Amino acid sequence: MIGEHPVLETHGLTVRFGGHVAVDAVSCAFRPGTLTAIVGPNGAGKTTYFNLISGQLKATEGRVSLFGEDVSGLSAPGRTRRGIGRAFQLTNLFPRLTVLENVRLAVQSRAGLGYRMVSVWGSHVALVERAEHCLYRVALADKRDLIAATLSHGDQRKLEVAILLALEPEIFMFDEPTAGMSVDEVPVILELIHMIKQQADKTVLLVEHKMDVVRSLADRIIVLHQGQLVADGDPGEVIASPIVQEAYLGVARA
Amino acid sequence: MLGTVLSGDYPRSRLLTAILIAILAGLALAPFVFPGTRSLNVAAKILIFIVLVASYDLLLGYTGIVSFAHTMFFGIGGYGIGIAAAKLGPTWGSLALGGGIALVLAVALAFCIGLLSLRVKTIFFAMITLAVASFFLILASQLSWLTGGEDGLNYKLPGLLLPGTRLVEAPVLGVEITGRLVSYYIVFLAALALFLLLLRVVNSPFGKVLLSIRENEFRAEALGYRTVVYRTIANCLAAATAAAAGILYALWLRYTGPDTTLSFNIMIDILLMVVIGGMGTMYGAVLGATIFVLAQNYLQDLMKLASGAAQGIPLLPNLLHPDRWLLWLGVLFIVCVYYFPLGIVGRLRQKTSRPN
Repeated sequence: MIGEHPVLETHGLTVRFGGHVAVDAVSCAFRPGTLTAIVGPNGAGKTTYFNLISGQLKATEGRVSLFGEDVSGLSAPGRTRRGIGRAFQLTNLFPRLTVLENVRLAVQSRAGLGYRMVSVWGSHVALVERAEHCLYRVALADKRDLIAATLSHGDQRKLEVAILLALEPEIFMFDEPTAGMSVDEVPVILELIHMIKQQADKTVLLVEHKMDVVRSLADRIIVLHQGQLVADGDPGEVIASPIVQEAYLGVARA
Repeated sequence: MLGTVLSGDYPRSRLLTAILIAILAGLALAPFVFPGTRSLNVAAKILIFIVLVASYDLLLGYTGIVSFAHTMFFGIGGYGIGIAAAKLGPTWGSLALGGGIALVLAVALAFCIGLLSLRVKTIFFAMITLAVASFFLILASQLSWLTGGEDGLNYKLPGLLLPGTRLVEAPVLGVEITGRLVSYYIVFLAALALFLLLLRVVNSPFGKVLLSIRENEFRAEALGYRTVVYRTIANCLAAATAAAAGILYALWLRYTGPDTTLSFNIMIDILLMVVIGGMGTMYGAVLGATIFVLAQNYLQDLMKLASGAAQGIPLLPNLLHPDRWLLWLGVLFIVCVYYFPLGIVGRLRQKTSRPN
């Protein structure tokens, strides 16, 4: 099930740091019900492109539109509330809060309850249940009361994903979700991303280095190289194309 | 019931619970158990500083905001009452007007400082608050016609609050029921209410967002929280509470001056109390304020006794001389920071595992 109209578009999106162009006029549209993998060598601008979409960075030129509406002027919190959800590459948690509290903060943001001052946090039972459900989906339910900083690296990655689930976004942005995970932990996350993708109205963007993961999940691959979009299309074709063989896989052109 | 009053935030340590109950009982019964003028002054000061320190902890411990303008808001409350009572006369109406204006001014000022400067890095915010607070201190000592300058303001209060007023003819439990007693219980109830209110705020959904900003502001924004707005609200809440504490202090002392409200010495005392009690726990404010104010007032007496007892031993009487009390307070502080980096409450809670 693939929607016809793109939900998310970038138009000539560019960001310069001094003389260096990190993302160079990238125009791309993402349709609901699809999973687009963004690949490219280190330093190609994949995470920077993500930062421009989710609002952590402001574009030098170009714009981002969501549901046909220009959101370039919105801050990161504003874009999150419009439905752009982001999981980070470097684990980015609330280290001294518990696992459950980490997820509950996301649930609470989604429910719009951040400004409630006179009710006790623990009394919002529906939020707790929702948070517990998200932890259950990433197989962290039994660790809910641990302090986030004490989790293993793999579990912290899972928590990162649980926080994204709790936000219930329209656009799911995963930045190398399985990096640093042990082999037996990876399937839980991949299965989860697969399930999200099955929902017709959700759009998934995935930065990933592992080609087998990309092959099994992606409906489409775009390739960034030195900040430019150099290839875009069906996974099989893109991976086979000479430009990817050279730019990404490092195979010298014959 | 107790869970509602404490907002589900129990002391979570038996020893801490016992200490808190002892402090509460001591403060509640102070006029009957410790009837002297001096001890009642100490008890009232503890109550007021519990509120002041708790409101500062809302900023420092819960939100991660370093502000040096807290005594300014404390002073605004004090001068609100002082100026109103001295210029408009000792009526309830003028007190309400002065207190009301003080609260509004404190919140408005906190709002402006917040919006202008909470976007910048912690250290710059601290510097800006320091500058504004210095400005206020100078302003208060220069505008002598209004504030009484360095001497401050002495004023009368409505009869009900004056020590000379006797409400009941015969003493109750050996204690005269005077306006002083009424004042004390007004301070006690107001401090208790403000403390429980702050405890509720930090345990509310809003309070958890503050914690998340302290932990990882970048991530809090990525979750959709406008952190600048949250920090500004926290700043306003802390300012209003500090002003309320200033109002109570002015009502208790019937005097407002730079040394009792705006001075940077008080700012440092507040910092010490937060750190000794434990940052990021409201109960820490109770312990920090109680221990510090007691030490401030009774350490010298204790040392006089110790110095006398050590007569004849070389060096020791000199070290224990009452004039050296600040030295020992400093030693106490260093020991505290060194051995209890999480404060006393943090240390007590560490022993028990964290139930949820």
